[in-house]
Amino acid sequence: MNPQAPIVSIRALRKSFGQHVVLQGIDLDVQGSQVVVVIGPSGSGKSTLLRCCNGLEQADSGRVEICGHTLTEAGRMLDESRLNQLRQDVGMVFQSFNLFAHLPVIDNITVGPRKVRGVSRKQAQAEAMVLLEKVGLAEKAHAMPASLSGGQKQRVAIARALAMQPKVMLFDEPTSALDPELVGEVLQVMKLLASEGMTMMVVTHEMDFARDVADVVLVMDNGALIEVGAPDVIFTNPSQARTRDFLRAVLSRA
Amino acid sequence: MGLDFSPVWVGWRNLFQGAFVTVEITAVALVLGCFMGLLAGIGRLKPERRLIYALCTSYVAAIRGTPLLVQLFLLFFGLPQFGILLPAFFCGVIGLGIYSGAYVSEIVRGSIQSIDRGQMEAARSLGMSYGTAMRTIILPQALVRMIPPLGNEFIALIKNSALVSLLTIHDLMHEGQKIISVSYRSLEVYLAIAVMYFVLTGLTTLALRRIEEHLRAGGMVQ
Repeated sequence: MNPQAPIVSIRALRKSFGQHVVLQGIDLDVQGSQVVVVIGPSGSGKSTLLRCCNGLEQADSGRVEICGHTLTEAGRMLDESRLNQLRQDVGMVFQSFNLFAHLPVIDNITVGPRKVRGVSRKQAQAEAMVLLEKVGLAEKAHAMPASLSGGQKQRVAIARALAMQPKVMLFDEPTSALDPELVGEVLQVMKLLASEGMTMMVVTHEMDFARDVADVVLVMDNGALIEVGAPDVIFTNPSQARTRDFLRAVLSRA
Repeated sequence: MGLDFSPVWVGWRNLFQGAFVTVEITAVALVLGCFMGLLAGIGRLKPERRLIYALCTSYVAAIRGTPLLVQLFLLFFGLPQFGILLPAFFCGVIGLGIYSGAYVSEIVRGSIQSIDRGQMEAARSLGMSYGTAMRTIILPQALVRMIPPLGNEFIALIKNSALVSLLTIHDLMHEGQKIISVSYRSLEVYLAIAVMYFVLTGLTTLALRRIEEHLRAGGMVQ
């Protein structure tokens, strides 16, 4: 892969659910080690954009290239086995955590490497413990997900995604389901990842995180990218009236 | 007129042998039913796989829409017309298994669909194939939810197995009727049989409760 080439490249991406157009022609490049934060009102298509980047949603038209794979082109998706390959390179963190409820924390993290990459149990467990240390939950290795707080669940979910050694991490509103006092611990882990050079696409309503960590902020409204820029520009001097309205609404709430 | 249970005491050995046959038939039919139910239930998850979906849906519709006794007679008295002569025990097991599978398939499908969509999405996002995700993530969780309705199904199967006495199988029902035919003590013998069926279904209920508690203790259920 050409090192100068963007790690994620999206062209004219369109997606509708029935009559409802969710994405109306998105163009976007994400370079390696960049942190791209997507903001915008709910229903603006942020999550769908992210889900189109790992094939959880199938785009109607346009092209998505990611980590050297052409995920979708002209409404056709990669075949099953190559899609599974691609997903190993693209980690996903969900708003609702989606930890495997029947598995203890450690198995949540090892199941991917073991079943997909064929890593031995012993090695997968050693790697998982390193990741659990990293997210500060080593002592919870044998706890069941139901016994964890929301913030702990989300940190385990991040460790689970990292266990596949992805090249890009997608975060779909990772703190939106959390009690306010638990948001910080998750953002801290995400900041750590960003500082290590992980390429990240983050859909969030955490404006402070966007301001502090993002290299690029995307503002979406009604299925379109209405503004793209450095965080200091977007937050201090946005060019679009709709961006101003949105920021006023979310920032006044805080 | 007083009750006279002496024919039951005299024939207890036959009744126990019959009960054993009932357990045997039910157990084999149960395994067959679970197997068919699992296949048909999974086959009905994705309507876009048209052929598999249509096959499984027709199976469930045909079996649920016709009486078990008719199905058993078709196997035992109908098939010989094509020169297919199956042993009675075999007919009973196959008939009960196919019948039970149709109901189990709905249990399987319902339990799988009750598992949060996010579990499948998270598994697929790690790069797991649909099959791997189903086996390692979805089915283990669905299994716990299947146990209570499967318990009902197993109990129904034990009771329905009395119909195989009409295929000349010497199950509990059949043995009871033989005793009645010589003693004319219908009330007493049927009461005794009822108690024996009740014990069988009761033991099944207890066993399933133990399994469910065990799984809960393992943290499989919140």
